[in-house]
Amino acid sequence: MTTAPAHAGWRFRQPSVIPGFGLTLGFSLAYLTLIILIPLSGLIWRSAALGWTDFWALATDRRTLKALEISFGTAFIAAAVNVVFGTLVAWVLVRYRFPGRRVVDAMVDLPFALPTAVAGIALTTLYAPTGWLGKLLMPLGLKVAYTPLGIIVALVFIGLPFVVRTVQPIMEELDKEVEEAAATLGASRFQIITRVLLPSLAPAIITGFSLAFARGVGEYGSVIFIAGNLPYKSEIAPLLIVIRLEEYNYPAATAIAAIMLALSFVMLLVINLVQTWSRKRYG
Amino acid sequence: MEVRVVNVRKEFERFPALHDVSLDIKSGELIALLGPSGSGKTTLLRLIAGLERPTKGAIFFGEEDASQKSIQERNVGFVFQHYALFRHMTVADNIGFGLKVRHGAARPSGQEIRRRALELLDLVQLSGLEKRYPAQLSGGQRQRVALARAMAIEPKVLLLDEPFGALDAQVRRELRRWLREIHDRTGHTTVFVTHDQEEALELADRVVVMSQGRIEQVGTADDIYDTPNSPFVYSFIGESSSLPVKVENGEVWIADRPIGLEAPHAPSGEAILYFRPHDVDLLDGCSGCIAGTVAASRRVAGTRRVELEIGGERQRVEIELPIDHPAAQKSRVAFRPRRWKLFPTA
Repeated sequence: MTTAPAHAGWRFRQPSVIPGFGLTLGFSLAYLTLIILIPLSGLIWRSAALGWTDFWALATDRRTLKALEISFGTAFIAAAVNVVFGTLVAWVLVRYRFPGRRVVDAMVDLPFALPTAVAGIALTTLYAPTGWLGKLLMPLGLKVAYTPLGIIVALVFIGLPFVVRTVQPIMEELDKEVEEAAATLGASRFQIITRVLLPSLAPAIITGFSLAFARGVGEYGSVIFIAGNLPYKSEIAPLLIVIRLEEYNYPAATAIAAIMLALSFVMLLVINLVQTWSRKRYG
Repeated sequence: MEVRVVNVRKEFERFPALHDVSLDIKSGELIALLGPSGSGKTTLLRLIAGLERPTKGAIFFGEEDASQKSIQERNVGFVFQHYALFRHMTVADNIGFGLKVRHGAARPSGQEIRRRALELLDLVQLSGLEKRYPAQLSGGQRQRVALARAMAIEPKVLLLDEPFGALDAQVRRELRRWLREIHDRTGHTTVFVTHDQEEALELADRVVVMSQGRIEQVGTADDIYDTPNSPFVYSFIGESSSLPVKVENGEVWIADRPIGLEAPHAPSGEAILYFRPHDVDLLDGCSGCIAGTVAASRRVAGTRRVELEIGGERQRVEIELPIDHPAAQKSRVAFRPRRWKLFPTA
C-alpha cells in the first residue's frame, strides 16, 4: 500500500484498523437521510412554498406564539424538575440496597412503555378538581388539571426515565475512593456532593435534561387530556398543529411545525455544545 | 505526630480482618505495612485514616483519641493506589481542594491557596502543569499530584495505600527514591502499604510484616531480614529454604544423622530448619553436614541456584553455588548453613 500523495487534498482519517469505514459511514448517512432528513426537508419545503410574508404573519400570530411559549416553557420546567428528582431517584437506586429496589427500578421505565394517552387520562382523573389529589389541592388554591401546571405534571411523568436512565450508569461508575479522598481532605458530606459528585455527573445530567426536554416539547398524547387546551392559556404547539390540520389549513400547520423544528434544533445544538465543552474538560 | 494503635480489632460482617493489633509509630517515622493480600494491611491503614471504624480498640494521634473523630476532623493525608483525583478539576484545583473546603478563618484566601498549590507542585517536581486536567497526565504524574493534594492540608499523618502499585517498574523505582527524599525534607509521619518487600525494605525506617490479620514482626530492614521471628517472616521476606529436622540433646538431626548444628536452647522434638540459600558453607567431606544430590540447577545473575534432594524422604532445598562450582546433575553436594533458625513444628 502506498501513502496518499500530498496533493490528494482532504481525506477521511482512517479511524481504526477495522475495515468497512466507507461502507458504514455511507449507510449511516443514507439511513439518516431517509428516516430524518427527507421528511423534515419536506416540511421546510411546504412551509417555504408559503412565501416569507405569509410565513411571518402565521409565525407571529399571537395564538401561535403563546402555544410555542407554553410548549417550550412547560417542557423546560418539567425537564428541570426531572433533573432534580430523577438524579435523586438514580442516587437511591445506585447507592442503597432495600427490599423492593428492583421493583422500583423497573417502575422507572413505566412511562416509556405506557401509552401516553393512558397516562394523560390517569393523571387527569387524579388531578381533576373532583379527583383524589385534585380534591386535596383545591382548598390550597392549587388547580392542576386544565392549567399549564397540569401540562408540567404530565411532562414530568413522561420525562422521568430519560434522566434516571442516563444518570444511573454514570453514577454507578463513580469511584468511591474519590469521595473518600475528598473526606480525608476535610470536605463535608454536602461539599462532597456539590463539589465532587455533581460536577462529575454534570455531562450525564445535561444529556438527561436535553432528552427529557426534547421529549416534553414533542409530547402530545398525555398533555391534551390534562391541559384543558384553552387557547392562550393551556394550548400546546403540537395541538395547535393538529387543530390547523383539522381545519385543512396546511400552510399554517407546516409553519408552526417548521418553527418548532428550528427552535428545538437550536436548543439541542446549544445543549450539545455545552456537553462537548464539559466532556473536553472532564475527560 | 506520634500514632498509637492500641488493641484494634476489625470485623467485616463477622469476618475478622484484624485481630487485636497494636502498633506504635514514632513522630516523623516512615513505616511500611508489608504483607500478602488479605493480610489486613490496607484495613489497618484505613482504620488509621478513619475510613473504617474499629470494632474494638482505639487509635491515638499523640495524646488524642482519634477513633472518636470523624475522617474530616482527623486531618490525615491519604493517597490511593488509583490516585482518586478529581477529574473535573485542574491540577492546581485538585491540590487546593483541601484548603478550599475549609470554613471561615481557617480558609486561606484564593491567592494564598494558589500560591500553596504552586509551591507543592514545585515540591513534587511538576511545575508548569497546574492548568492540566488529570486525564492529561501520566500515571506517575497523577500519583505525584495526589501526594501534593494530600500534603496541602498539612496532615498529621500521611497514609499511602500501595502508592506505586499501579505504575510500571521503572517509574516505581524512581518514585520510591523521590518519596524518600520528600519524606526526609518534610518530615511527615508516613505510613505506606505495600506487598512489594523490596519497596518496603528499601524505603521504610521500620517495616511491619503482617499476615492473616496479625502483625508478625516489626523492625528495621536489617532486623526483619537477618532475624525473622516466625516461619512466615522467614519465608515471606527474601529467599529461604526449609527442612524438617529433629532436635535431640541440643543437636540438630536429619533422619539418623546429626548435621553439625548446635541448638542448646531448642526444645527436643520435631522442628523446621530455615536458612537463606546464599548463606551456606560448602563442605568437601561430610561428617556433620547436610548432603544431597543435585536435582536441578539454574543460573541466577552472578550465581548458580541448585535444588538438592536430601535424604530418603526426597526433601528439596535450594542453595546458591558459585558459578564455577563443578556441580553437575546427580552429583553430590554437601553444605552447612552459616546462619539459620529453628521453629518447632506446632
